[in-house]
Amino acid sequence: MRHGRTSQADTLLNKLAPARVAILGLSLLGATAWLTLSLMPVAVAADMPVYNLITKDGLFTPDLLEVPAGIKFKIVMKNDGSGPEEFESSDLHREKVATPGQSVSILLGPLKTGTYGFYGEFHPETAKGKIVAK
Amino acid sequence: MLSTAIIVFREVLEAALIVGIVLAASEGLARRGLWIGSGIAVGLGGALVVALSAGAIAAAVSGMGQELFNASILIIAVIMLGWHNVWMGRHGRELAREMNTVGRDVVAGNRPMYMLVAVVGLAVLREGSEVVLFLYGIAAAQQEQVGLMFAGGMLGLVLGAGMGLLLYLGMLRIPSKYLFNATSWLITLLAAGMASQAAGFLVQADMLPTLAPSLWDTSSLLPQKSLLGRLLQTLVGYTDRPMGIQVLFYIVTLGGIAMLMRAYSGVPVGKSTNAVTAEI
Repeated sequence: MRHGRTSQADTLLNKLAPARVAILGLSLLGATAWLTLSLMPVAVAADMPVYNLITKDGLFTPDLLEVPAGIKFKIVMKNDGSGPEEFESSDLHREKVATPGQSVSILLGPLKTGTYGFYGEFHPETAKGKIVAK
Repeated sequence: MLSTAIIVFREVLEAALIVGIVLAASEGLARRGLWIGSGIAVGLGGALVVALSAGAIAAAVSGMGQELFNASILIIAVIMLGWHNVWMGRHGRELAREMNTVGRDVVAGNRPMYMLVAVVGLAVLREGSEVVLFLYGIAAAQQEQVGLMFAGGMLGLVLGAGMGLLLYLGMLRIPSKYLFNATSWLITLLAAGMASQAAGFLVQADMLPTLAPSLWDTSSLLPQKSLLGRLLQTLVGYTDRPMGIQVLFYIVTLGGIAMLMRAYSGVPVGKSTNAVTAEI
């Protein structure tokens, strides 16, 4: 049996499965952290316009943001509600979670002139807003 | 209660489908329940940690930590899925050549589960952390119907897991001769879809150009947020308005894995019973 020895070793490996999976989990966590850090972005331009957005218990304020077309800008969304919210937009390809009390940045643009919808993933019926690029 | 169920269902769906594919891909492997169960458990533990440190992750790397974290997880999963497929391409032939059942089982038993277990763990971690955040939010809000909403959450969880189970049972109906080939293709498509999602997160962090804001728009035909859209998004990487860079990542991953599998598969075996494996 040319596979005999490997088979025995494998049985032993299988017995240690939970421990090995835990080790695997830790190394994965390390790999993820390393990759995240090594992907450090090129410095985000500090001079881009910033638009503030507040999300609170399923409502966005303001629910209409007017931005200039053709330039990069940033939305800073603060969650004043009691639960988490996710800014999501299929038009803009963005999804970003904010926990209660947290402010998160969403980098956008340059956009063509037009209207782009966004909504709150955790309150899809009430949390709706639009960005109009002029 | 229903809206809670729907939200949790959506989040659970992707992880459940991945577990379903992994279950089908590891059919016949000794102690796979233990392996996959451990992967899910580690993923859930990780999801709790990620949910608890959501604030710190979001604030890291100039506020783009969430995007880079998601992209990193997806890229690592893509590498592991590709690795698994290349290994299978190399040893699948050996598997087919073993004429007796015992020999076949031994070779099958040596299949590397680490990669697939890790992918299960990563999928549960990524989707699970959002479920944890969402359910935590409900608990923190301390509304009257907390119990009802948790019941909704559980319903969503069970429905999502049910979809994964359906996929697994469906795949089991594929004759075992073809199952090998089918799971290889599914895993390749899954990896390509994940690579395209990772590209999306890197664009969001302003680290990659879009190349084209949307190559096509099928959102009126098949919205990505519909149930079928979501299923196809996970299984084959469907996007209703894909950015150019996403399509590029998709094609490169698909072609890359297919080429690596071909390059490492060795000399084709002419026998008709082995032809299926040879085509992988």
